[in-house]
Amino acid sequence: MHRILNRRQLSPNVTQLDVEAPRIAQIRQPGQFVIVRRAEGAERIPLTIADADPVKGSITLVIQAVGKSTRELVALAPGEAIEDIAGPLGHPTDMIERGHAVCVGGGVGTAVVHPIAQGLSRRGVRVTSIIGGRSREWVIFEAELQRLGEVIVCTDDGSHGRKGFVTDALKDILAAGGVDIVYAVGPVPMMRAVANLTRPLGVHTIVSLNPVMIDGTGMCGGCRVSVGSETRFACVDGPEFDGHQVNFEELIDRLGTYREFEQQAACREEECHLGQPLKPGTQR
Amino acid sequence: MPGKIPTKQRLQIQRQKMPEQDSAARAANFAEVNLGFPEQLALLEADRCLQCKDPRCIQGCPVNVNIPRFIEFLSEGKIAEAAQSLLADNALPAVTGRVCPQETQCEAECIRGHKGMPVGIGYLERYVADWARHHKDSLKSERAPATGKKVVVIGSGPSGLTAAGELVRRGHEVTIYEALHKPGGVLVYGIPEFRLPKKIVQQEIERLKEAGVKIQCNVVVGRTYTLPELRNEFDAVFIANGAGLPVFMNVPGENLKGVYSANEYLTRVNLMAAYQFPNADTPVLQGKRVAVVGGGNVAIDSVRTARRLGAEQAMIVYRRTRDEMPARAEEIHHAAEEGVRFEELTAPVEVLGNDKRWVTGLKCVRMKLGDPDASGRASPEPIPGSEFVMPCDVVVVAIGTRPNPLLTATCPELQLNKRGNIVTDDNGMTSLPGVFAGGDIVRGAATVILAMGDGKRAAHAIDHWLRAETG
Repeated sequence: MHRILNRRQLSPNVTQLDVEAPRIAQIRQPGQFVIVRRAEGAERIPLTIADADPVKGSITLVIQAVGKSTRELVALAPGEAIEDIAGPLGHPTDMIERGHAVCVGGGVGTAVVHPIAQGLSRRGVRVTSIIGGRSREWVIFEAELQRLGEVIVCTDDGSHGRKGFVTDALKDILAAGGVDIVYAVGPVPMMRAVANLTRPLGVHTIVSLNPVMIDGTGMCGGCRVSVGSETRFACVDGPEFDGHQVNFEELIDRLGTYREFEQQAACREEECHLGQPLKPGTQR
Repeated sequence: MPGKIPTKQRLQIQRQKMPEQDSAARAANFAEVNLGFPEQLALLEADRCLQCKDPRCIQGCPVNVNIPRFIEFLSEGKIAEAAQSLLADNALPAVTGRVCPQETQCEAECIRGHKGMPVGIGYLERYVADWARHHKDSLKSERAPATGKKVVVIGSGPSGLTAAGELVRRGHEVTIYEALHKPGGVLVYGIPEFRLPKKIVQQEIERLKEAGVKIQCNVVVGRTYTLPELRNEFDAVFIANGAGLPVFMNVPGENLKGVYSANEYLTRVNLMAAYQFPNADTPVLQGKRVAVVGGGNVAIDSVRTARRLGAEQAMIVYRRTRDEMPARAEEIHHAAEEGVRFEELTAPVEVLGNDKRWVTGLKCVRMKLGDPDASGRASPEPIPGSEFVMPCDVVVVAIGTRPNPLLTATCPELQLNKRGNIVTDDNGMTSLPGVFAGGDIVRGAATVILAMGDGKRAAHAIDHWLRAETG
């Protein structure tokens, strides 16, 4: 059992939970994730570790409530507990040792970019963070990233920072030159757009993928992604890959595998019963 | 020596039939197929054993269960003694009585099989083990004095559980680290409820816990702890972390929506109880027409699961014939009874999909059997021009696994073979002193009982090693 020590609402649908997990707090490295199962009967879901406090023995999980499982997780109050947490899983982020890194975070992905920026900054790398959200209230981790370097905030409506997408800001920075590497974590279309921007310029780009996963230890193969000409497992080979090699279209497609089930689960939560379980291939 | 009943009379008794759920009913539920012998049938079957002076069945058993002894106790009506005898040889008899391929092991050696049918050793093992599950108080557990030695077992599948049981009995302190949230390994994520009810696995694990085995879940060795860390912490290590990465066919269309590895398909349904969705949170695609590629136990488990999830058509696609299938004979027979179609001498060449990238079919080619390959089995060859499309909406790939690299990657000194399996000597010791390994991480994908045999052998070797070390 892993007690919730602290809960903080970061944006309308993003919640931070600080959770007891002493061993993981001690050894986790940027880029790694955990598999969380809230309680008996719940799904196993992968969540990237946003931060850790080895003294308190806690890790920070930042969760976007999108389906039944994540909604139930963010509903947990301090003092309540998560049944199972396994990790830390995945390879730590491949970091440069000097130079200029641009960290691009979209939505909840900003929480994943944060430990990367932290690690880079500790090594003495110059970090510029570009973070985005729909509007002011959707921007997260701005203050934390400010401590590590320059932060450029982009909002769709211009209510905070500059108006426009993170890729617009990235374009300007790339044009100025001197960027050694780009780390991008966010919605898949955002990561694809970043990769498309940096590819012609030959700027190495690392993206963190979050495909469907069950065990997270290399057993199920559900998290397979096409990288270059190879099939890779995000849980043991990733979760970070060369953004120029990732087949983002396939990833977006595969992420939609259980959409109708998710809707059914959501409906059930709201106590509207749909009757028969859905069959694949029908009414799509 | 035969007891009160003369051999002639024993020879006249025919093999008793295992009562089972009706095939039409069971194809729509997840309850166990075999119902188990009632007492009367068990005693009759036990009387069939001739109590050979030189019993070859024992050699046929990978954990060398003293089969005639427990059967003799049973036929004499001494069921507690039968259970005691069986449990002394086999840590998980209620499991092996259900999932062992007896027809190629103990029963293949049974003298009665030479003329007629062998003794139903598996059925009797199951009977005695099930009695033991319900009469724990009538059984005494023996434990050697504490040695003060600490052993860590990595993985709580059949190999790890067996080793843990043996080691704890010899007085060592045993901790199992399990990567998943529930102990049991393949017994809980892989083998379906209808063949091995999860409750039985839990009870067997409870028995080991009561004997003193500690189990800690959610510990992924290779990530949560490295092997060198464990070597510092414990006096000996037994690695039994099982098979890992699923092998895919490497044909076009394999990443379409609706293609599963058997590991994922079975894990969703068994470990995560997806068949109860939405009462369990994890979903699984319930195909109308499901094609399962492969011919082993995992393939048969998958295809029978598909039927139970409501598939109108569930097909096995196998490149050789039914005779060459490595799956347990009883399961193939049960699958056929449940309406599973066998597409023999057929190999997939492409997974086909629609514009939304959902699976719509499997393009296959017919095969013919050619000369025997290195394994002695006829090697299948494609028949040119025989391609055809098998319509389906879910494809399950059950063609094997590769070793999981998570643990071995943290310890480069650990010697591996070229496929990535851990290399051991005859005692199960790896290239590192005090580190032993067994089960699928050593063998590649094999059976529950072979993994258990490794666990038992390694436990003996670990015990010797620990005692020798003390001097």
